[in-house]
This record gives sequence, C-alpha cells and structure tokens, in this order.
Amino acid sequence: MPQVHDRGGWPTEEPIDREEHILADWERRVDAMHNVLSEKGLRRTDEMRRAIESLPPEQYETMSYYERWTAALEILLLEKGVLTAGEIDARFAELERPE
Amino acid sequence: MTNPSNHAENHQDDGHGHDHPGMLADAELSYYARRARAMESLLVEKEICTPGEIQAMVERIDARSPADGARVVARAWADPQYQARLLSTPEAALAELGYTLPETTPKLAVVENTAEVHHLVVCTLCSCYPRNLLGRPPDWYKSLAYRSRAVVDPRGVLREFGLDLPDSVAVRVLDSTADLRYLVLPRRPAGTEGLTEAELAELVTRDSMIGVTEARTPERAGV
Repeated sequence: MPQVHDRGGWPTEEPIDREEHILADWERRVDAMHNVLSEKGLRRTDEMRRAIESLPPEQYETMSYYERWTAALEILLLEKGVLTAGEIDARFAELERPE
Repeated sequence: MTNPSNHAENHQDDGHGHDHPGMLADAELSYYARRARAMESLLVEKEICTPGEIQAMVERIDARSPADGARVVARAWADPQYQARLLSTPEAALAELGYTLPETTPKLAVVENTAEVHHLVVCTLCSCYPRNLLGRPPDWYKSLAYRSRAVVDPRGVLREFGLDLPDSVAVRVLDSTADLRYLVLPRRPAGTEGLTEAELAELVTRDSMIGVTEARTPERAGV
C-alpha cells in the first residue's frame, strides 16, 4: 500500500470537484511565509513536502491544502530550532485571550 | 501591548492580537489559521522576517496569473522561432519575456500538444506547478481525486473537463515533481491566422496550459 500522499492510481471513482475557493487572508499569508523563508534559506520545497508527507494519514486526508502547509511550517520551524513548541503554544494561547 | 505582528491594516476581520475587542473574530478563524498567526507573530518578534516582507510576498504571489503563461504561449504561436527556443531552452526563452526561473530547481519543461499527442500534467504527490507562469494552482489540481485519476484514466478525466479526444490522439500524462514542472503549449486553434499576439493570448486559458482542456476558439473567447 503506498503512503497517503502518493495518490497516483489510488482507487477512487470520485468526480473531480472543480469548484475553486477564494483564498482566505491566512492562507495567503501562510503561502507567503513559506516563500519568504525560502528566500532566506530557511525552507526548501523538498523538506516541506517531506514534512507534509509525515502527517498522520487520517489528518492528511481531512486537512485542507493550506492547513497541511501550516502543519508543515510548524514541523520545519521546530526541526530547525527557529521556534520551540513551547513558544508557539504560549503565543497561540496569548493571542486567544480577549483584551 | 506586546504583540509584535501588528499588521491589522491587512486584515479587517482576523481578530489579530490585542487590537480587537474580543473573541468573536478569533472564533471564526480555524485552528490552523490561529496556529499560523502564532508562528507569524513569533517569526516577526524574533526578526526572522517582517510583516512588510510577508505582505510584499502575498502581493507578489497574487500578481501572478495565467495571463503570464498566456503571453508566452501567444508569442510561441506567433513566432515559430520563439516556439522552438521555448521548447528546447525554456529558461532562456522565458527570460526574453522577462520571466526568470530559479537557477537551481525546479526546472521547467514545455511540452507541445499536437494533432497526434496530447499532454496532461498532474502532480500525484502534491501540487508542483509552474506558479510563476500560471499563478496559484486551482483547488482541483491539488485534489485527491485529480491526483489519483489523472494517471490511470486520463481520457476519462479529460472528458470530465469537456475534452473528448479521438483514439488516434495519444495521451501522455506527465507527473510533476519538486525538481521538474511542466507547462503545456496548447495547439493553436484553427482560423486564428489574422489575430494579433494580444488576441491570441485571450484564447489561452490556465486549464489549457495544464492540458485538461484545449485553447479557446476565437468564437468562444469573443475575440
């Protein structure tokens, strides 16, 4: 059985949903963050794909495209020691709090 | 006020940080959107990048569109010598029109659709795609269904997109990688001899440069 990302020939009769969604601001910023970090030498396409491919299959199947990109960004930033999980968790919680 | 990534001017409703009155906007953002916001805030605080750099990149990416690829295709249709250069040395040919590709990877290959061979591009692993010429890939290009089916039933996929090719036309499916991406040079529609290059570009759709459709006829494009 191929891994979850390796979709070529994966058995499915599902029609191709050709509807396109307008990207949300956060999706455009995640896209841009990946590209800015690439230009700074902090992220490469291959390692980003490898990070996406390391997501648990059940998550991979249900996440949207830029959700996968966000998860991959976090994986890479932690691996490279740019950010720590504790820092991200703390800032995440801090930004959740009302004024 | 410690929130360093204050770029609320770009976000009317993202509940960004401490400038907003409450949780309402936050609740509208998905978990991953909020996770991304936390990372962005930290990247800015640590001076790894600035909000301006991120915003400038958003605008750079937004500015790319299939009109870029269409301009290249129209030039190739109008100038057989340019077409030959585009097919043999795409980097140099694109540079002639002001499009620069990365010096390393991904490389770009341009493949020509003819009366005998039709090319269809997919990225079965993810979403590799010539974004600098076509803009961001459409949702369906990244979808699990397209990635699964394009390689085993390309003619069925093409029919779903409205293109029913006779058996006499060979279909070649090209699977992109992070190192090599493809641009399809669609067939020039008949009856377009008198059109200008700008009019020709109007016939070239994004989907025709992926190979799921053909270029539009002048009648369809209203040229």
